[in-house]
Amino acid sequence: MTTVSAERLSKIFVEVADTLVDDFDLLDFLHMLTVRTAGLVGASAVGLLLADQRGKLRFMAASDEKARILEILQVQISEGPCYDAYRTATPVINEDLRLAGDRWPEFTRHALAAGFRSVHAFPLRVRREVIGALNVFGSTVGGNFDEADVQIVQALTDTAAIALLQERAIRRGEVLSEQLQGALNSRIVIEQAKGAIAQSLGISIDAAFTVLRGYARRHNRKLTEVAHEVLADPAQLNGLAG
Amino acid sequence: MVDQLRRVCRQGVTTLPATGAGLSVMGKDKQFSMLTATDPTSERLEELQFVLGEGPCVEAGLTRRPVLVPDLDADGVSRWPAYASAVLQAGIGAVFAFPLQVGATQLGVMDFFRSSRGPLSSSELTCAYALADEAVGILLGGAADTSLTGPAELFQAQGMVMVQIAGTLTEAMSRIRAYAYAENRRLIDVVNDIVERKLKFDRDE
Repeated sequence: MTTVSAERLSKIFVEVADTLVDDFDLLDFLHMLTVRTAGLVGASAVGLLLADQRGKLRFMAASDEKARILEILQVQISEGPCYDAYRTATPVINEDLRLAGDRWPEFTRHALAAGFRSVHAFPLRVRREVIGALNVFGSTVGGNFDEADVQIVQALTDTAAIALLQERAIRRGEVLSEQLQGALNSRIVIEQAKGAIAQSLGISIDAAFTVLRGYARRHNRKLTEVAHEVLADPAQLNGLAG
Repeated sequence: MVDQLRRVCRQGVTTLPATGAGLSVMGKDKQFSMLTATDPTSERLEELQFVLGEGPCVEAGLTRRPVLVPDLDADGVSRWPAYASAVLQAGIGAVFAFPLQVGATQLGVMDFFRSSRGPLSSSELTCAYALADEAVGILLGGAADTSLTGPAELFQAQGMVMVQIAGTLTEAMSRIRAYAYAENRRLIDVVNDIVERKLKFDRDE
C-alpha cells in the first residue's frame, strides 16, 4: 500500500458529503466508498459486508464485483478477517495470506487463488454496534499498512456509518434497521438483474454487471432502480448495451 | 396456505408479543389486498390502509423496506394523517410493517399491531424478520429459508431462469425449486449448474 495522499483523501470526503443528499442510494454509496478506498490505498480490491438480522455477514459492495471476489467475500460468513473484525470490533491488519492458511483455511484458499497476497479488515461501527466489515486486499507481498494508513481506512469505513445515519429522522433508531433491510433486499435485486442480463445478452455474469453499472452511470440513474426496471420489463434488456 | 400464514401471524402475536397481526398479498394487478389477520380489529386496520391508500403497510410495499412505527401518535400522524387517527382510535399505539419479498419479487406485507407504544427490541426485531422469512417461504410454496439468504449465485440463477422461461421471477424460483426436488438434488448444486450454463430451463414445464 502507498502512503495516503492528504489531497486525495479530502477529495473523497467532499464526494461523500456531496453524496449525502436527498436522492441518496445506499448501495451506490457503499460501492463508491469501496472504489475510492481501493484507489486511495492502492489496493487490488476492497469489499464491504454488512450483517443481516441474524448477525450473518452479507456481501453489499465491492470495488470489483468479479465472481471470484464475491466468493472470497461471501465465504467470510463463517471465517476470515472480516468475520474476525466483525466479531471482535477490532481491525485485522497486514495479514500475509501465505501464512493465514491455519487461521482461515477456506478464505485463504480462495484469496490466494484470486492472486491476493495481503489482507486487512476493518469493523464497521455505528454508535456502539458493529454492523459489518470492510475488506482490503493487496496483490503484493510486504504491502504493509502503517499506523496512518490504518487510521485513514478506519475513518473511511466509519463514513459508511455516517451514510447509514444520514437519512432523515436520525432521531429514529428504527431507521438503521429499515435501511439495512432495504439494502439487503436491493443487493438481491442487483444479483437477480445480473442473471437476467447475462441470460438475455448471452454474456457472463461479470460482464452483465459491467453492462448494468455502465448503463446506470451513463444515464445517471441509481443502480438498484435500473435493476428493478430490467427485471420488471425484460424487453428493456436489449436496449441496455447502449 | 392461508391457514399456514394465519398461524405465522398468530405466532407473532404470541412471541413478539403483539396485540394483533395482519398479512396482505400482492395480486397480479400489483395491488395489495388483505389475506388474513388474527382478529377483527387487525383485519379492519389491515384493510383500511388499502382503502385509504396510505399507512405503514402501503409504504413498506412501495419502499420495499420495513416501516417501523413505535409511536403512531408522535410519528404516524404527520406521515399518514387519515390512517394514523383511525388506528389510534382503535386503541393501537405502534405498528410494524414488514415487506414479504425476495429481491424484486414482491409477495406481500405483514403487519404487527401493538396497543402500547414503544420500539421492538433487537431480539423482537430478529423474531419478526424470521416470521417474515417464514411467510415468504410459505408464499413461495413451502420453501425453506435458504432461498432468502443467498449466496449471490442463487439470485443470479433466478434472473437467468426468469428470462429462459419468459416468465416472472416467482415462476423462475418455483421452477428451480421443483427441479431440485424432482431430481433429488441440493438447491445450491442446481443453482451452480444454472449459473455455469450446464442447466437451462424451457418455457414449457
